[in-house]
Amino acid sequence: MSRRPAELHIDWTRCDGHGACAELLPELLDRDEWGYPVARGTLVLTGALRDHAEHAVEVCPVLALRIR
Amino acid sequence: MTAVQTLPLEPGVVGRLFAADRPTLDAHLSAYGALPAPGNLLELVDRAGVLGRGGAGFPSARKIAGLTARGGGVVVANGAEGEPASDKDAVLLTHAPHLVLDGLSLVVAAAWAKTAYLVVSRPTLLEPLRRALAERRERVPVKLRLVEDRFISGEESALVNALTGRPGLPSDRLVRVYERGVGGRPTLVHNVETLAQIALVSRFGTEWFRSVGSHDEPGTFLATLSGAVGRPGVFEVAYGGRLADLMGTAEAGSPQAVLIGGYHGAWVPGVDVDRVRLSREDLAPFDASIGAGVVFVLGQDRCPLEESAQIAAYLAGESARQCGPCLNGLPRMADTLARLARRERDPRLPGEVERLRRLVTGRGACTHPDGTARFVASTMRVFADEVARHQRGSCRVSASR
Repeated sequence: MSRRPAELHIDWTRCDGHGACAELLPELLDRDEWGYPVARGTLVLTGALRDHAEHAVEVCPVLALRIR
Repeated sequence: MTAVQTLPLEPGVVGRLFAADRPTLDAHLSAYGALPAPGNLLELVDRAGVLGRGGAGFPSARKIAGLTARGGGVVVANGAEGEPASDKDAVLLTHAPHLVLDGLSLVVAAAWAKTAYLVVSRPTLLEPLRRALAERRERVPVKLRLVEDRFISGEESALVNALTGRPGLPSDRLVRVYERGVGGRPTLVHNVETLAQIALVSRFGTEWFRSVGSHDEPGTFLATLSGAVGRPGVFEVAYGGRLADLMGTAEAGSPQAVLIGGYHGAWVPGVDVDRVRLSREDLAPFDASIGAGVVFVLGQDRCPLEESAQIAAYLAGESARQCGPCLNGLPRMADTLARLARRERDPRLPGEVERLRRLVTGRGACTHPDGTARFVASTMRVFADEVARHQRGSCRVSASR
């Protein structure tokens, strides 16, 4: 039985472009000219990225992140 | 009042959705007969292959199955037609309300739902719909609601939010409305035309439904024709029909291009109109799809870039303003397109449009930025010659005026 790999989900209605996530996950995220996170490619969380992502979820000041 | 015209589907055959000569219940029953007992509606709709008529074309049976599994849910008939170039839902609700209400009643029964809504965004529809509802007796009474007439008001989660007493803006799509919708209950949203088609299938069966259209896209759909046409209005068309035939009936003449699928759609160049059928297969190469049946014809006398810039500016103004990339990116993209239309000679402009198009795609709670980006991409592709001309400081249309 295989499980879908964990992925970082951004709730865009909450995101305010604070940027903490991009600092914690530079491999996955850049920021656009208005400060909002831009995925560099996929947001699949493999290995250590999973831990960093969980930290980002906790740290986001507007609770815009989830792992699914 | 927009004209209602029915395209003959075959010689001597009247359009399916407007057979009643008046919107009253007895005219409806006279034209279509009594509504049969529900039977196995889900299986019927599945075999008939009814696709949603709200724009996404999702198989309707699957949606119903999703709610049936949960029971006690909510069914919403979505007539909140926020697309400016679309009239089909208003025309359907005005001329054939009982077909829509039949369909709603069937789906409510099949899905074991406990609550039913009919939602519109044009206040003029309220009184005629109240009259139609007063003529009927439903096991689950239909609640008639008015929402704001905005472009995104009919978006599934925005609609559900409005009905739950929250601002009518889209939600994050992680939680789907069929899991948690109106009042936190499983909710099924169906476009009003989809419900009318379901009411027809219930009466006349799968084979009848599939007797026009194609195997993958069976039946008819309502198209709204506007722009450079002699006979604008709503037409019932078979899937797979020739675009040129529809244009001929609407007296379109020879256009520069045709926008298919509304403001989130894509352009079919004038030179390609003759060989294109209204099917997924034929429209896909243009990145177009029928969507909610909006067909806007661009005449020879309008600058396509000016026209597109105006549409892009409208779409930017219709952002719900919840999501940063949409709120910031759409106006910037519209403005850059406007500068191109104004013949500003900055060579970076086309590249900037492309950069912004990619930047807004997939970065919002709903598909408003994606649809806008798709429209802009189609504009830049189809009118590439005009873009080049504008960059050199001239415009083919203005030069000939």
